[in-house]
Amino acid sequence: MGEIIFYFLAAITLGTAFLTVLSRNPIHSAIYLVICFFSIAGHYLLLNAQFLAIVHIIVYSGAIMILMLFTIMLMNLHANLEKYKPTMINLGATVGFCLLGLILISGLMHTKPVVESYYYGGEDFQSINVLGQVLMNDYVVPFEFVSVLLLVAMIGAVLISKKDTVKKDTIKKA
Amino acid sequence: METILQEIGIETYLYLSALLFCIGVFGLLLRRNAIVMFMSIEIMLNAVNLMLVAFSTFHQDAAGQVFVFFSMAVAAAEVAVGLAVIVAIFRNIGSIDVDQLKNLKG
Repeated sequence: MGEIIFYFLAAITLGTAFLTVLSRNPIHSAIYLVICFFSIAGHYLLLNAQFLAIVHIIVYSGAIMILMLFTIMLMNLHANLEKYKPTMINLGATVGFCLLGLILISGLMHTKPVVESYYYGGEDFQSINVLGQVLMNDYVVPFEFVSVLLLVAMIGAVLISKKDTVKKDTIKKA
Repeated sequence: METILQEIGIETYLYLSALLFCIGVFGLLLRRNAIVMFMSIEIMLNAVNLMLVAFSTFHQDAAGQVFVFFSMAVAAAEVAVGLAVIVAIFRNIGSIDVDQLKNLKG
């Protein structure tokens, strides 16, 4: 049962990721990427990481994709906006994709994990209770730094995307 | 309580996330639209996150999932700043084709 669900979700993930990359219209890319993120949340649920699945849906499908869709709509992009590319770029990208896939897959096929065979000990290691304790005991300094990073990113985004009004006034005066 | 790793093993997740990472690299090489390039970067970040969660379940260690939290926070910050930069580029040039960003070319 779990195997069928896994292969179904994996097919959705890979297919929508390809469609994201290949579709001409950026709006279609964004919609396909939302489906891809939902299927990755399904993978997290399969791996029993419930809290992470919910956080993934909220952060990626909720916040990040809304931000991207608003940006696309703000710029009013069309499918025919993208200019014709030479075939060398397409060929190079395809060859690079195939070579990287070959190297990664063949490298991973010959690796052996440290734990030889998987066993399930039965102890609780990924409920919200345990995750919160690990986050607050072992990783409290990176946690605080992440909050500083988010604050700096917010201020930076506002400053960068703000309209430069001072420059226009000086141009008008001159 | 049985998990998915008893049925299909960790290797299938490794192959899935490797393929997803390759698709992200492919999109980054193929497209010249800055927003679609950003989406490709998100796909690559998600591939790595998926592998971290799979190994966290495999080793039954919560640290992998905590790393995924941090990675998500960094991705959110990166998207906010990156989209602001793209909007600024669009205001100046009127296009987000990265091939047209050659003002620094001598």
